[in-house]
Amino acid sequence: MQMTQKEWKPKIVAFCCNWCSYAGADLAGSSRLSYPAEVKIIRVPCSCRVNPLFILRAFQRGADGVILCGCHPGDCHYSTGNYYARRRMTMLFSMLSFLGIEPKRTRVEWVSAAEGAKFSAVMNDFVKTITDLGENVKLGDLRCKESLK
Amino acid sequence: MQKIGVFVCWCGSNIAATVDVKAVAEAMKSEPNVVFATDYQYMCSEGGQKMIQDAIQEYGLNGVVVCSCSPRMHENTFRKTAERAGLNPYMVEIANIREHCSWIHKDMEVATQKAIQLAKAAVAKVRKNAPLTSGTSPVIKRALVIGGGIAGIQTALDVADAGYDVDIVEKSPTIGGRMAQLDKTFPTLDCAACILTPKMVDAAQSEKIDILAYSEVEKVSGFVGNFTVQIRKKARYVDPLKCTGCGECTEKCPSRKGKNEFNMGLDNRGAIYIPFAQAIPKLAVIDPTQCIKLKTGKCGICQKVCSAGAINYEQKDEIIERQYGAIVVATGFKPISLEKFDEYAYAQSQDVVTSLEFERIMNAAGPTKGQLVRPSDGKHPHEIVFIQCVGSRDTSGCGKPYCSKICCMYTAKHAMLVREKYPDVNVHVFYIDVRTPGKNFDEFYRRAVEQYGVDYIKGMVGKVAPIEDGKLLVQGSDLIANEQVKIEADMVVLAAAIEPDPSARSIATMLTASMDTNDFFTEAHPKLRPVESPTAGIFLSGMAQGPKDIPETVAQAGAAASKVIGLLAKDHLVTNPCVASSDELLCNGCSQCEKVCPYGAISYIEKEVRGPGVREVKRIAQVNPAVCQGCGACTVTCPSGAMDLKGFTNSQIMAEVDALCK
Repeated sequence: MQMTQKEWKPKIVAFCCNWCSYAGADLAGSSRLSYPAEVKIIRVPCSCRVNPLFILRAFQRGADGVILCGCHPGDCHYSTGNYYARRRMTMLFSMLSFLGIEPKRTRVEWVSAAEGAKFSAVMNDFVKTITDLGENVKLGDLRCKESLK
Repeated sequence: MQKIGVFVCWCGSNIAATVDVKAVAEAMKSEPNVVFATDYQYMCSEGGQKMIQDAIQEYGLNGVVVCSCSPRMHENTFRKTAERAGLNPYMVEIANIREHCSWIHKDMEVATQKAIQLAKAAVAKVRKNAPLTSGTSPVIKRALVIGGGIAGIQTALDVADAGYDVDIVEKSPTIGGRMAQLDKTFPTLDCAACILTPKMVDAAQSEKIDILAYSEVEKVSGFVGNFTVQIRKKARYVDPLKCTGCGECTEKCPSRKGKNEFNMGLDNRGAIYIPFAQAIPKLAVIDPTQCIKLKTGKCGICQKVCSAGAINYEQKDEIIERQYGAIVVATGFKPISLEKFDEYAYAQSQDVVTSLEFERIMNAAGPTKGQLVRPSDGKHPHEIVFIQCVGSRDTSGCGKPYCSKICCMYTAKHAMLVREKYPDVNVHVFYIDVRTPGKNFDEFYRRAVEQYGVDYIKGMVGKVAPIEDGKLLVQGSDLIANEQVKIEADMVVLAAAIEPDPSARSIATMLTASMDTNDFFTEAHPKLRPVESPTAGIFLSGMAQGPKDIPETVAQAGAAASKVIGLLAKDHLVTNPCVASSDELLCNGCSQCEKVCPYGAISYIEKEVRGPGVREVKRIAQVNPAVCQGCGACTVTCPSGAMDLKGFTNSQIMAEVDALCK
């Protein structure tokens, strides 16, 4: 049992908007500001492109934490996208809590293209939070289970 | 049958030192649909690109994954490579294994495993890619310059010189901006008006330039090459076609309480006024907050004295709409408000002035006709203290954290001008550092010290207090002599920090151009694209982008103009094909998507829709691909799942999520 705990590494998906946060992650890279390899980034044009279904899907497939990063309020490349993202995520995260997924497993952060250090700090903190929480309950699509049909 | 090729770049040792590139390529060979995988030292080099082209042709690849640096760096490069080999450029995906992997992880095993996973996600995505075709959109060959200071004027002149139409929108009644208020300019001491006014006249006389003074940008829509801008022409209450600028009305106006903005409020002007003698356009304007006729209905003197019959109290603001291909932001700066700096007694004593006020006092066309006198009693001063960095380099929260850049030089100029004109006046300058990087700048400062005998004191001023006989007691420290200094001064001049003009914030919002924390416009790249905003088609000129002096402003204005000319010279722009599109069969015309679209790209049409077993006329959403910018807001809002974003489709992102969560 201890063995499996030691081997367990969290699976973390980070959705980053192309204009601010993805560029912030690039800056973290070129500034060699490390964060754990468990963080895997998916590039989206804007934080408002992130459909709540993507996050549900990630949890369904075994993600332990999902973070959404966008431009700071007022700085969205598309002017209002991050406001939509913020509202949608508030609703989604509330529902995830209802489903039994701890609120700390989801996060929205504003990271500008100039904030490589912030990106790295946020990711370090998020990975630590998820690692402390341990393995996530896996949401499953029971429609696929033959025995339950 | 999909055939995907994976190309793993070493980036010299940038990737290869921490990621086992051969292992990545090897691992990808067993991925479904991957028919070819290899590694190479520099994929972006000619040899690397040739390798990709050859593989596309040899293996008939219909999908390419390049594992390399950030797509923000070379996505375009590899798209072009694919295109040259006959593959649709949008069948290429990048796995960012440099910025997001090799540069931030030290353990080879960990980094390699992550690189493999990122590559697998890119392969999963490319499997769902579809060929996309770019459209084109026409470029409107007219530019808008917001702000009519030296930055805006220079940009407009350069754009006009290349043969394109330019409009200058200036919120105040005349162009000229801050430079028109200056007396002399460092480091050559040539007169500001003498070098600025000819440019103003050139702008006014140019057939290509339309000066919309006393006007403000009200609304901006559209995109690069095709902006639609609403401009509010504020009511002057003077017919511009009739007014001759004779000034008769300004002399006879009985209302004399309006603060003269041009003289920084050091004297008053009439309710009807011409900002200054060389104003362009040289037209009178009525200040409705001061005009007795407009406020009470009684007076009308200006109308009586105007022999041209130009006064029109019924005039209203007018909104005009124009189309532009490019927009230049040249909104300039203002000195900060000194309300928070009680210690310098700015509010208490008229003899404590800002540098820009001092500039007006020293100017021959200023309130004192260039005579150096104390504003309080009109007496000639004998001791003047200049205080540097008032609100600049101030992290206390009262001022600005940045260096305002121009203050060291203009203070040296002021000190020198005072000593030259009035050798009997003692001049002291309190400074933190003297910053003189610039051609002939340090020589200029040394002249002030060595030739003109200006007393430079390194140290801060703690307090300025009015004392008896109208003097000001300046208490500061001399850090070099390590002692307290007390000077009984007749005048104190504060080098107030500069900040972006307050109008810039709302303009930035209208243009969706980003600003930094100090409200200066941010550039697309601080080093490589310094005059472009990250928002396509928006360019930056002058102080709006950051503190700079006149030569730098003129240089930047020219650079912005050359970027504008480069854009306007094109007849068409290639549009981004990664735009939203609606599935006719799924759309039920609910209008949700239209509400969230920031560009108004979605409209609704009645259309006959045919599908398997379906044939009906219904209301459906239609995306204008030339207007859509591809943010994806509509895709998430759509309740029926009809709206999707090309290049970032639901199935593509889901595939990436699946691959990363394995």
